[in-house]
Amino acid sequence: MNKNKEQLLNKRYKAEQRFRLYGLSAIFMALLFLTIFIFKIFSTGYSAFQKTWLIVPVTFDAELMMLDQNPSKEDLQDADYYDIALKSMADLDPNANEDQENELKRMVSYFFEKEIKNELLNDPNLIGKTKEVYLTASDDLDQVFKGNYPRDLPEDQRRVSDYQLKIFDQLVANGKVESKFNISFFTNADSREAELAGIASSFMGSIFSILVCLMIAFPVAVLAAIYLEEFAPKNRFTDFIEVNINNLAAVPSIVFGLLGLGVLLAIFHLPRSTPLVGGITLSLMTLPTIIIAARASLKAVPPSIREAALAMGASRMQTTMHHTVPLSMPGTLSGTIIGLAQALGETAPLILIGMVAFVNTIPGSPMDPAASLPVQIYIWAESAERGFVEKVSACIMVLLGFLIIMNLFAQIIRHKFEKKWS
Amino acid sequence: MIKIKAKDVDVFYGKKQALFNISLDIEENQVTALIGPSGCGKSTFLRCLNRMNDVIDICSVKGEILINDFNINDKSCDVVRLREKIGMVFQKPNPFPKTLYENVSYGPTIHGMAQSKQEMDEIVETSLKKAALWEEVKDRLHEPGTGLSGGQQQRLCIARAISVRPEVILMDEPCSALDPIATAQIEELIDELKKEHTIIIVTHSMAQAARVSQNTGFFHLGQLIEHGSTDKIFKNPDTKKTQDYITGRFG
Repeated sequence: MNKNKEQLLNKRYKAEQRFRLYGLSAIFMALLFLTIFIFKIFSTGYSAFQKTWLIVPVTFDAELMMLDQNPSKEDLQDADYYDIALKSMADLDPNANEDQENELKRMVSYFFEKEIKNELLNDPNLIGKTKEVYLTASDDLDQVFKGNYPRDLPEDQRRVSDYQLKIFDQLVANGKVESKFNISFFTNADSREAELAGIASSFMGSIFSILVCLMIAFPVAVLAAIYLEEFAPKNRFTDFIEVNINNLAAVPSIVFGLLGLGVLLAIFHLPRSTPLVGGITLSLMTLPTIIIAARASLKAVPPSIREAALAMGASRMQTTMHHTVPLSMPGTLSGTIIGLAQALGETAPLILIGMVAFVNTIPGSPMDPAASLPVQIYIWAESAERGFVEKVSACIMVLLGFLIIMNLFAQIIRHKFEKKWS
Repeated sequence: MIKIKAKDVDVFYGKKQALFNISLDIEENQVTALIGPSGCGKSTFLRCLNRMNDVIDICSVKGEILINDFNINDKSCDVVRLREKIGMVFQKPNPFPKTLYENVSYGPTIHGMAQSKQEMDEIVETSLKKAALWEEVKDRLHEPGTGLSGGQQQRLCIARAISVRPEVILMDEPCSALDPIATAQIEELIDELKKEHTIIIVTHSMAQAARVSQNTGFFHLGQLIEHGSTDKIFKNPDTKKTQDYITGRFG
């Protein structure tokens, strides 16, 4: 009898130990996956925040630029920079033949003459003089410099020729190649040229979409939640609504995209590819999330507070507006932010309403075409150039940072404004 | 003088009847205690008097309750005006999670009782003084009311209730969550308040009923078994059931 009891006791201890072990290994696995994921993204993406520049001496030859004596500002704007740009690249190798000159030109970004032009516009006194100018390296050389480019491939399988590599190595040896923080990644819109592509358009697109989404979803959801929780009679009809709000929260996001396409674009003819349409579509998705969060936090307000207010002679409306709603706001707000964070990461519905279009301008309002951060990731991930690989990871890093900040904000609101009641 | 006259009051929760045919007169400026075992309907009856049962969807009240000869169950009765006249103090102290000042000034604000900040200050001060709380809190009126001790919170709730100068104060087991010292303070307060207000108190402590009340009603299983002066109920009750409850044989 006694022995039997001891066995049972041992069994119980062992079972508990096993259970703890399972739990710990589950947590370990989750952390492992997370670490691998983050490590992969950071190790691929961090180099996108650096940009490679070639330092090339440029002679601002007035004759080649077709400039008269004492040119005005307009003259400088209209001057021809292509020839001096070409010449300064060709001068890197005095013995280059015509083909090689062409290859030299392709060592810098497609818009290198613009960079030379800006240099002169900043300092018109440069006319007739020679100055070393920073030119954006082509995306392939950028990758070569960052060590991401397989130099040992046979030449016909590379986009960088042996000749270009030779000149580039000379420049590196002379200290004429520099790596600097990549500001243009944050200030440029998307571009077909990887070295010039930036997230400004998609970042602004995301911000505008989220703002539109917030302005529509928040008031509607909060009003719906207050009505359902505080005023609506509890009957079959309200039960039915409640079930359907929960169903709405479970609808796949792409369905909302179809709705946006079919209703907002086809029937209301709202402008395609704009954050306005994207925001409205996302607000449909966010609505149930906020309603559920708001109702839960209204429910969490103790009934004794409502009774206290009612017994003081406050009307139902006053009770709700003076006491229940303010007390439920922290929960509602953090639910809203979580809903917005979900919307921020949403891709599928935005692709359907055309926010996947190539946009090389920065939107100034929700009515301008724009991409969004997750869609930008998708667009770049589809691009063939090697230079976009690091951009994809970098864009993911920006998106993750954005999401982490929003979630942090939700936590802070919850902790700071949560009221304690007896 | 009779302040409240209940006539044949029945209360139903859905199909279940909770109160049967209650008829009870309540004297002005006296303390009436409602006693009885748990679930006997004494709190339900109390909540009929300021129509707090309206809040519960499935609850329905039948019969007449006359306050100053006006039937509060009549359709023409406005609950907001009614509850301005009939204050209530709950079982668990439930101050608003706001400052002490805001707690007390809330009622006068929504009923438009003060024209100026000065008047409001006066109302807050008098109410807190009447609730015997002023001396303890006068330096921290703008701190949260939830930071007080349980007994202080309950006196704050009483101050809040009397801030709108109600004619009647309903108290639903106001001391059940308090320690003996805080209970003694509240009981003393009740004695003081009855000069200006009619007080109805639900309690499950017979000793408390005997200490504070002039009249007592004994409820059992939704029926009002007996009511009359506290002296009589406790010393010489008419029914055996009351006798058994008073002497602690059940309940």
